[in-house]
Amino acid sequence: MSVSVDIAGVTKRFGDFVAVDRVSLQIRKGEFFSLLGPSGCGKTTLLRMIGGFEFPTEGVIRIGDRDVTWLPPYKRPVNMVFQSSALFPHLTVIENVAFGLRYKGLNNGAAKQKARDALALVRLEGFEDRPPAQLSGGQRQRVALARALAMEPEVLLLDEPLAALDQKLRKEVQLELKNLQKSLGLTFVFVTHDQEEALTMSDRIAVMNQGRVEQLDASHHVFEYPKTEFVAQFMGAPNFFTGVVKSLAEGLLYIGGRTEADIRARTTSDTWRPNDPVRFVVRPEKLDLRTKSGTSDGEVSIEVTIEDRVYQGVNTVWVVRGDDGERYMIYEQNDRPFQESSRFRVGGRAFMSWNPRDTVVLEKKS
Amino acid sequence: MLTPEPATRAASAPESVETTPAFVGPRAPAPRGAAPFPWERRLLGIHSALVYLFLYAPIAILIVFSFNAARQTARWEGFTVQWYARLMENTLILKALKNSLIVAGVTTVVATIIGTLAALALARYSFRGKGATQATLFLPIIIPEIVFGAALVTFFGAIQLRLSIWTVILSHIAFSISYVAIVVRARLAGFDRSLEEAAMDLGAGPVQTFFRVTLPVILPGVIAGALLVFTISIDDYVVSSFVAGVGATTLPLQIYSMIKVGVTPEVNAVSSLLLLATVVMIVVSQRLQQEPGKGESRR
Repeated sequence: MSVSVDIAGVTKRFGDFVAVDRVSLQIRKGEFFSLLGPSGCGKTTLLRMIGGFEFPTEGVIRIGDRDVTWLPPYKRPVNMVFQSSALFPHLTVIENVAFGLRYKGLNNGAAKQKARDALALVRLEGFEDRPPAQLSGGQRQRVALARALAMEPEVLLLDEPLAALDQKLRKEVQLELKNLQKSLGLTFVFVTHDQEEALTMSDRIAVMNQGRVEQLDASHHVFEYPKTEFVAQFMGAPNFFTGVVKSLAEGLLYIGGRTEADIRARTTSDTWRPNDPVRFVVRPEKLDLRTKSGTSDGEVSIEVTIEDRVYQGVNTVWVVRGDDGERYMIYEQNDRPFQESSRFRVGGRAFMSWNPRDTVVLEKKS
Repeated sequence: MLTPEPATRAASAPESVETTPAFVGPRAPAPRGAAPFPWERRLLGIHSALVYLFLYAPIAILIVFSFNAARQTARWEGFTVQWYARLMENTLILKALKNSLIVAGVTTVVATIIGTLAALALARYSFRGKGATQATLFLPIIIPEIVFGAALVTFFGAIQLRLSIWTVILSHIAFSISYVAIVVRARLAGFDRSLEEAAMDLGAGPVQTFFRVTLPVILPGVIAGALLVFTISIDDYVVSSFVAGVGATTLPLQIYSMIKVGVTPEVNAVSSLLLLATVVMIVVSQRLQQEPGKGESRR
């Protein structure tokens, strides 16, 4: 697959603060790519460097095969949808969308027609002559999207464009955006701090932390197989176990120290040596709470103390503590009517079980 | 499935909050802005009336007497517009008016450009001496006008510039820049920088971005500053009296010299006209300085 955006060894410093730290990644043509991370992780700065609003302290950025590292925004084949929508308040909707088309050599009539087509794409026909102040938040972002799409960019950059929308509308627009991207076959680079949003739309996700890319994978892969504690935490799997490597054979790691029988877990790394400390996670929805120790074939079971029970509608969250002092979360799906009493009581003992295939070994710390 | 939601939803929400409750008991808190007891409210009314009387009675009398048929006395002898007609024949006043319009016109254009640029620089960039620049920008507004006038006349003497209409213009520009800069800066405080980034993102270079986005967005502030400066310039007396050269008599200077001879109905008439012009411009200026969103959404 051909590369659309190539970021090679990019660092951005603001004084002493390193916003982006030696990031190298390649965004493929036609994919929906998300930069995901908490605020201050450098995702927006990276996006702004692709857009030309910031320039790297070190490194090179290419779009297609062109080195654009030092090009100003108005000379780049990319367009941006801003978080604040950034619609020009003194222009009508259609004038906003047609704003940039004159720089592409279109005459007034052609520009208007193209702007109308772009507005149709985001289902905003009939809003042409309104000023932006008379639009709702969702409509404003649609206009901003149409304005960027009308420019036919090679890459569309989106800087948390849905952050200001309410939950329900956001879910709608997410699907709409994803469908639009698919049907246009355009490269989207999307910045968000919302893991669910990233998972809903993205083909691939780069999880960023403190200016670095912690993990870059297909979105379901990032969710199911986090490589670092940070990614696991950020993807909602804060269940950390510590063990010791017993042996490694044919991609299977045998982990001891937690249970009588060794836990078998898949690993892609072959650098593990016996007696290495190893950290692994199990997603909360893949853990079960049992009254008896692991019964069915090969299940892993650890005895824990129940600390809390939190009803969340779809799930009930059990907060438990292992004998090693670590806290774990277990999601139990509420597929039966709610009952005040349960087989388990807060303060009591129980067994936390999981299928060994759900054991996710974190990257070895160097 | 994904139809655009109606824009009216957001707009109609706040209105329902401000409705008056149907029943207001004796202990219920009074509506905002009203006194809780009738006599207090009446007292407040009387007080306000007195304040307005004190402020505006002289002006009202001036306007009324500009229509008085009597020449010398303060007695009302009937309505006339002859003093306004006489003004049009008074070459001294017409010359002074012409001078004032030239001074105010040139001052407004030059001060608006410099003041706007100063405001942009102060809002955008951090540079060495920014604090000092800001402080000195306020100075012409703070220091007494008479000191400012005296300083200017000394300065012109020192550089051997002969007093003329140009020294008046230079002086007016000097203090007007501050007013423009302050008004435009207030407008820039709410300016979303991503508007400019969006313009550049869409292919506009820095110059095109300024003229197609930045300037149109801050234009109400710029015009408000210009109108304010025009008003201040056209009725300035103190500074002008120091720096006006021969033949550069402005309208306020002319009015003052006429008053020294005696208050005539012509003075009343020309003052009334000046007042009218200034009030109109201040009102327009205030309107333009209102919240950016407010004025635009109502179309």
